[in-house]
Amino acid sequence: MYDFAYHRPKSIADAVNLLKSKPEARPMSGGMTLIPTLKQRLAKPSDVVDLGGLKELAGIKIEGNNVVIGAMTRHADVATSADVKRVIPALAGLASHIGDPQVRNRGTIGGSIANNDPAADYPAAVVALNATVTTNSGKHTADSFFKGLFETALADGELITSVSFPKADKAAYMKFPNPASRYAMVGVFVAKTGNNVRVAVTGAGPCVFRVKEMEDALARSFTSDAIKDIKIPADALNSDIHGSAEYRAHLVTVMARRAVDAANK
Amino acid sequence: MNAPTGIGARVKRKEDQRFLTGTGRYVDDLPLARATYAYFLRSPHAHARIKSIDTSAAAKMPGVVSIFTGKDVAEAKVNGLICGWVVKDKHGQPHKSPPHPVMAIDTVRYVGDTVAMVVANSHEEAKDAAEQIHVDYEVLPANVDLATALQPTAAQVHAEAPGNLIYDWELGSKPDVDAAFAKAAHVTRLDIVNNRLIPNAMEPRAAAAEYDKGTGNYTLWSTSQNPHVLRLILSAFVLGIPEHKLRVIAPDVGGGFGSKIFCYADETLVCWAAAKVGRPIKWTAERSESFQTDCHGRDHVTQAELALDKDGRFLAMKVETIANMGAYLSTFSTAVPTYLYATLLAGQYTTPLIYANVKAALTHTAPVDAYRGAGRPEATFVVESLVSKAAQEMKIDPAELRRRNFIPPNAFPYQTPVALQYDSGNYAPIIDEAINIADYKGFEARRAEARSRGKLRGIGFSSYIEACGLAPSQVIGQLGGGVGQWESAQIKFNPTGNVQILTGSHSHGQSHETTFAQIVSDKLGVPIEQIEVVHGDTATTPFGMGTYGSRSLAVGGSAIMKAADKVIAKGKKIAAHLMEASVEDVVFENGTFKVAGTDKAVPLGQAVFAAYVPHNYPLAEVEPGMDENAFYDPANFVYPAGTQICEVEVDPDTGVVDVVNFTAVDDFGNIVNPMIVEGQVHGGIVQGVGQALLENAVYDKETGQLMTGSFNDYAMPRADDVPSFKLGYKVTPCPHNPLGVKGCGEAGAIAAPAAVMNAVHDALAPVGVTHVPMPATPLAVWQAIHGAQAAA
Amino acid sequence: MTISVAMTVNGKPASGKVEARTLLVQFLREHLGMTGTHVGCDTSQCGACVVHVDGKSIKSCTILAVQAEGSNVLTIEGLAESADKLHPMQEAFRENHALQCGFCTPGMVMSAIDMVKRHDYQLDEPTVRRELEGNLCRCTGYHNIVKAILAAAPAMKAAGV
Repeated sequence: MYDFAYHRPKSIADAVNLLKSKPEARPMSGGMTLIPTLKQRLAKPSDVVDLGGLKELAGIKIEGNNVVIGAMTRHADVATSADVKRVIPALAGLASHIGDPQVRNRGTIGGSIANNDPAADYPAAVVALNATVTTNSGKHTADSFFKGLFETALADGELITSVSFPKADKAAYMKFPNPASRYAMVGVFVAKTGNNVRVAVTGAGPCVFRVKEMEDALARSFTSDAIKDIKIPADALNSDIHGSAEYRAHLVTVMARRAVDAANK
Repeated sequence: MNAPTGIGARVKRKEDQRFLTGTGRYVDDLPLARATYAYFLRSPHAHARIKSIDTSAAAKMPGVVSIFTGKDVAEAKVNGLICGWVVKDKHGQPHKSPPHPVMAIDTVRYVGDTVAMVVANSHEEAKDAAEQIHVDYEVLPANVDLATALQPTAAQVHAEAPGNLIYDWELGSKPDVDAAFAKAAHVTRLDIVNNRLIPNAMEPRAAAAEYDKGTGNYTLWSTSQNPHVLRLILSAFVLGIPEHKLRVIAPDVGGGFGSKIFCYADETLVCWAAAKVGRPIKWTAERSESFQTDCHGRDHVTQAELALDKDGRFLAMKVETIANMGAYLSTFSTAVPTYLYATLLAGQYTTPLIYANVKAALTHTAPVDAYRGAGRPEATFVVESLVSKAAQEMKIDPAELRRRNFIPPNAFPYQTPVALQYDSGNYAPIIDEAINIADYKGFEARRAEARSRGKLRGIGFSSYIEACGLAPSQVIGQLGGGVGQWESAQIKFNPTGNVQILTGSHSHGQSHETTFAQIVSDKLGVPIEQIEVVHGDTATTPFGMGTYGSRSLAVGGSAIMKAADKVIAKGKKIAAHLMEASVEDVVFENGTFKVAGTDKAVPLGQAVFAAYVPHNYPLAEVEPGMDENAFYDPANFVYPAGTQICEVEVDPDTGVVDVVNFTAVDDFGNIVNPMIVEGQVHGGIVQGVGQALLENAVYDKETGQLMTGSFNDYAMPRADDVPSFKLGYKVTPCPHNPLGVKGCGEAGAIAAPAAVMNAVHDALAPVGVTHVPMPATPLAVWQAIHGAQAAA
Repeated sequence: MTISVAMTVNGKPASGKVEARTLLVQFLREHLGMTGTHVGCDTSQCGACVVHVDGKSIKSCTILAVQAEGSNVLTIEGLAESADKLHPMQEAFRENHALQCGFCTPGMVMSAIDMVKRHDYQLDEPTVRRELEGNLCRCTGYHNIVKAILAAAPAMKAAGV
């Protein structure tokens, strides 16, 4: 990798100041995406701002009906948190299948969401659970946060501090992993809260998206049969050697049905 | 009482202590004072003309010591790499032999072809500098698709091989085979692609070299499976450094699977440049470099036909194959799809007539050479796919069809129609045992139960034969091989009773340090703790051919037996003298010389001590010392055989194939260490399952970019992709080597692809699928099911 | 950018001057000469480089040396009490022939120990196989690695490690 200047700020304010003062700086949380990217020399930041020293950003709290997860909370901690397992078990389940155990020991929810890799798992949970993303400067709704391929609503120098997930009545995440990378080739998160159902799909397209037709059908009848004939168009989906767009479109329905079945269990 | 340590015992490995404590020593681990680091600039294009290379900016980068380009290397009279096996085409002409420069001079021919070498004070500095080398390329059309590589429209890889054809080779009589097909009651036809694989030994290739100005000696550390052969090639053909001035050391090597047999450009350049730079040079491939530049494996397009009579007896077989050579001919590339492939097409069967035609094609891709099994997995896949398909078409049980056509045990030695003479074997008991272990009888109940869960369950057989233990030198010479194929051994019995076994073969996971010690412990009665196996250093071990083709035990072990015989013979003379007996009356039992019918006894250790302190010694008859050399050249290949049975469950909604049961029963002849043999079988099976379900090297057909250039896109088998395995053995000892052993290193990988794919086809037959390409990835299976549904 | 780092490696203080871009695995191998931890890929998948940082298994190729400042690092070299007394996981790997070429072994062993502890010494075969997702082995076919880990779990519990 190219060399860079390394910073380990002790406060969010210092981190933000550093990022704002150096236009080519990059923040690093767990580093599970950034370091491999740097190793491949696909990025050349002048400065790396390591958020690892911001202990106040790590931790899980229950606030009313919400699970609030600090941005620097590791996937392993979400996966094994008794609170998360009790309140939103699907979220713990999702976290327990991100990457591998060693990645889960380092990778963070804030990093994953800020990076918005099209094959990442967390964006599906954020959107399906209608979470709120809190930053040093404000709040973003789930639907407004993910903008496109590796793009989010975060401004330059804006850092995620926490993500707040409202409890759902029923929820489940089903992932079809890429056989090589084990990233989500298709991941579907289904959540039902009252009469409101949200279906969020990751991996299949350039960015997480919702499937309105499935949401409507599931709002009428929260059963896998209700969506078995719903096919999403393949046009805008990803296509690569592991999965054609048509295959991904097909898998969206299969994984959505399985998620509904799992949520009903 | 101590655990047994002789032949047949499950002795724990001697090499494990260092590997388990992080004290193994691989090439990259070497501390070399004042070392520099090499980085190779690789071609980003599959085919391009190099208009110019400007290294001036790079040369000014921090830490840079030297930069070399193809012109520098050519001016220094470094020769190209060689292909060591001359295959004669069907007209008797030697194969086309285009040049293989160690660094591209004016043209690059695959993504990863070497363009420049930067030597700097650190790896990162070398890489930083390499980015500042400006190469002006004129990009040319690339020929990447094997199926069209021989068509007139395909871009030419080398002027020396018109039409990209390296050879058009055949074996057998086409008219005879055609006549048999004309009389057949049934003909089964197959179009198959044997997918291209990337070996991916977990240790990337690496090299380090040092030049001693005072003596003029070079030392090259290399991740090599055969350091002596590497030295021979570098000395005799490429660098011209005399053998006595070049020491090649292959220390601990982290897996090879064939990919580390060959002489590569990188290690050649590191060795050459060490003298130019005047400091040691280290180079270790990044994994992405390994993907691009290690020799790949397999990659055949084949049409095959099997003719049967009405009772399912095989009458004849016809096979047409195009084999990918890549952009340059690697060390043994030409032999793999010919002598290691077509000669195995008889399988375990009495098929009387076989015709094979193989065309070797150049493409703008990485060179293709031997990978675990080398030719034999491709042959087994053809034969066993044909047999299972024929069974399905003729509604004959696949085990029964195989049994009906097995070579009977009384027919050995058996001359096949494809040149080989099988020495021994008994195939029916193997398949019977496999059927027992796999509970074949219970399969239909398991299939029905799976159906109730929405899964499609299938079962597949694969009965393989392989010729390994390479090999009788004279046969290899007649077939065009450029080297001998014997192996060496030296037993150094030291004065205080411990033993060093020096072998010309090399262990990179195969456990020579244990297996070879067991042989000597058994044969000479020396405790195994007092035996050490030395391998991998041309300065200390006798010239040997190295490890590949499952040859180490059958050939190298046999050499050790011969050396041990010499130790006993010499010891007998010494003991006879010490016991004042006639040599003819001395017998050797359990490590002790005795005179039959008396209580006179001399332990071997005492005879050895006398050999070093020859005060009371038959100096007129024998020399002092106990250091015996042997070279063993086998009389024939060895022929391991076995049957694998694979059961899969397919999820028809997603196309995911789960391997749920896997049985392998093998005949490896006598077994020295069953624990180690089982490990070899497990590993081989997973490489075969990997080929069948996961692994596929894909180049973009337009650009020639390697699409599967990392573990993110090349699917390696992981622990949860496979089950635990059920193994069994049958033993017919090899009649022509002193241990009665056959090879076990490649069997798993040879048989498994067909076992898995036959199971997949069996599973999918009820939904109308007749063909799934290999690897049967979820996408491929889903598309096959989808296609069958659309057709219905 | 040159930075001083200090950490504890296998119970002993270790320090040095590194570039910001120096990975922990490079610090271990090149600065400390501890070459037991291996590098088998450049995309964080193979797991040959797994070590423990503050008691958790991580890939030392995907963490900067400076990120481990002040940490407690345990590598394969620090596992055995002595040459004669291996850690139960090392012993189980030997007993079950869970290694061949030895290259993936350090990472496998370090991952396996973490796995056993995270599952409170209670493991079954599917769990072991799933938990090995981050470790590639090309030699053993995993069969004996799985066997070794299942055997080591109760042995670790009995040994209190």
